[in-house]
Amino acid sequence: MNWITNYVRPRINSIFSRRETPDNLWTKCPECGTMLFHREVSENLNVCTNCDHHMHITPRARFEALFDGGIFTEVKVPASKPDPLQFRDQKKYPDRLKAAQKQTGESEAMLVACGEIGRTPIVAAAQDFSFMAGSMGMYVGNAIIAAAQEAVKLKRPLILFSAAGGARMQEGILSLMQMPRTTVAVQMLKEAGLPYIVVLTHPTTGGVTASYAMLGDVHIAEPNALICFAGPRVIEQTIREKLPEGFQRAEYLLDHGMLDRVTPRTQLRDELISITRMLLGQPPAIKGDLPAPKTDKTPPEAP
Amino acid sequence: MTHYMDFERPLAEIEGKAEELRALARTNEDMDVSAEAAALDSKAASLLTELYKSLTPWRKCQVARHPERPHCRDYIEALFTDFVPLAGDRNFADDHAVMGGLARFNDQPVVVIGHEKGSDTKSRIDRNFGMARPEGYRKAVRLMDLAGRFGLPVITLVDTPGAYPGKGAEERGQSEAIARSTEKCLQIGVPLVSVIIGEGGSGGAVAFATANRVAMLEHSVYSVITPEGCAAILWKDAEKMREAAEAMRLTAQDLRKLGVTDMTIPEPLGGAHRHPQETIKAVGAAIADMLKELSGKKPKALIDDRRRKFLEIGSKGIAA
Repeated sequence: MNWITNYVRPRINSIFSRRETPDNLWTKCPECGTMLFHREVSENLNVCTNCDHHMHITPRARFEALFDGGIFTEVKVPASKPDPLQFRDQKKYPDRLKAAQKQTGESEAMLVACGEIGRTPIVAAAQDFSFMAGSMGMYVGNAIIAAAQEAVKLKRPLILFSAAGGARMQEGILSLMQMPRTTVAVQMLKEAGLPYIVVLTHPTTGGVTASYAMLGDVHIAEPNALICFAGPRVIEQTIREKLPEGFQRAEYLLDHGMLDRVTPRTQLRDELISITRMLLGQPPAIKGDLPAPKTDKTPPEAP
Repeated sequence: MTHYMDFERPLAEIEGKAEELRALARTNEDMDVSAEAAALDSKAASLLTELYKSLTPWRKCQVARHPERPHCRDYIEALFTDFVPLAGDRNFADDHAVMGGLARFNDQPVVVIGHEKGSDTKSRIDRNFGMARPEGYRKAVRLMDLAGRFGLPVITLVDTPGAYPGKGAEERGQSEAIARSTEKCLQIGVPLVSVIIGEGGSGGAVAFATANRVAMLEHSVYSVITPEGCAAILWKDAEKMREAAEAMRLTAQDLRKLGVTDMTIPEPLGGAHRHPQETIKAVGAAIADMLKELSGKKPKALIDDRRRKFLEIGSKGIAA
């Protein structure tokens, strides 16, 4: 320890780290540490161009990349009773909600939309991990039910992207009740003979995994996504032993028969198009340059 | 020897003193302690009333977990006849944390399924403390299927801290097994009634309690996570379980208000563990009532009833 390590080096480092991230132009990959230019990252769907690490992606960004021409219509989700339990931990639940809304610009943790992928009309729902860890409460339950009802009404498949730390603690038992409620939604789709495809993204845990995320006709996961019921920490505390490398990761679940496929985000769209078109008995999608989308489509709502 | 909980300590002291006096009188025949002992008894009785009149949510958790509280096995032995246990998931193993089989309830053939926690060290280990693995849920799915095909009502008794968080359980698809069990509950065209007799722990409970009618014993709890777990996540301190239990609304009374349960079964004074037989009888009467309400309904009507019930949950808040 001397003057150089204590004073000079931190100063130098701080100057450099400041230069490295001006105005969020650069993102540091949490896996390999490579600095990535923001446009490069978003063009690659938040997948690191160096190590293929899949970072979080918001539902809106995902839908813009998923739907033809980035065009989709939002499906309205019935509002749920605000703060049904009048829950308060260290903060009041409504305050936590407001903070999340301000931070994400979204009203809740799930986005439902209608649109076309490779000219195949679908309904899609995506969970927003950046909104209170994507946790499943009444709103998320309502969103999945609304998505299923919309799919049944329009006779379209439902593609659901799951991402959640589990149940929304602040809605207590009502968040638990989303397990049967969303299961009813899945049954509506199955009875209508419509495909229900689940894309499990990092992380999908707890009550979310133990309900709609594990009831799909096809289960696809993004690489290295954590998918589990009980989290690794809880298990280590229970059995008091170290868990194997890669435990509860997408590839591990694939090996144990819980998934159909592990597919990188950048290849997902094509794969989803192929699968839905085959399940619906439609001819293969046209590859290559598609004609421009029809202009009578509703433009995306301003975020 | 009664097992007292921490909040019952003053009661334990009084009852202990009364017991001491009586023991003394038994060895010394000239001594008459009946007046003093009776006074202590009445003091104990009024204290017990006082303690149980308004149990805090955390104390209810303690009562719900009391080791002498009647468990699934006790209910099956007392309320059912001709019980034929059925075992195995036909895939991997038989999970002893879940017991179930064919039985008669008031002479009517039914399928009964429940979590069993065990009653001494050996049986508790054998039953894995009521924490089921995927095999337990898959066994339940099998039994519900059987009930559905042969038109037998299903009765589920819920008493679990939660599904088992273990390595093997995860590898064999704990999530999928729970999801399938909930799904099966919603699919069968026979009456399905459920009683939460102790702890209704998270997904492990929902997998059995997605029923047409859900009843709950007065001092049972039903929640998305244990208060300790909730405290660890939101308070970053598992010791804040009292606050968490308060905030979570996990008591039978609150759940009834929220429309999650359909009825609350009163427990005898001092909790089910002090009067197991009376409690079991009350649960039996509640099951009979619930089954009667559903009898004669067509399979489709029963399935629709269950769906509607769960889709409507959430319209009531705690303030209503």
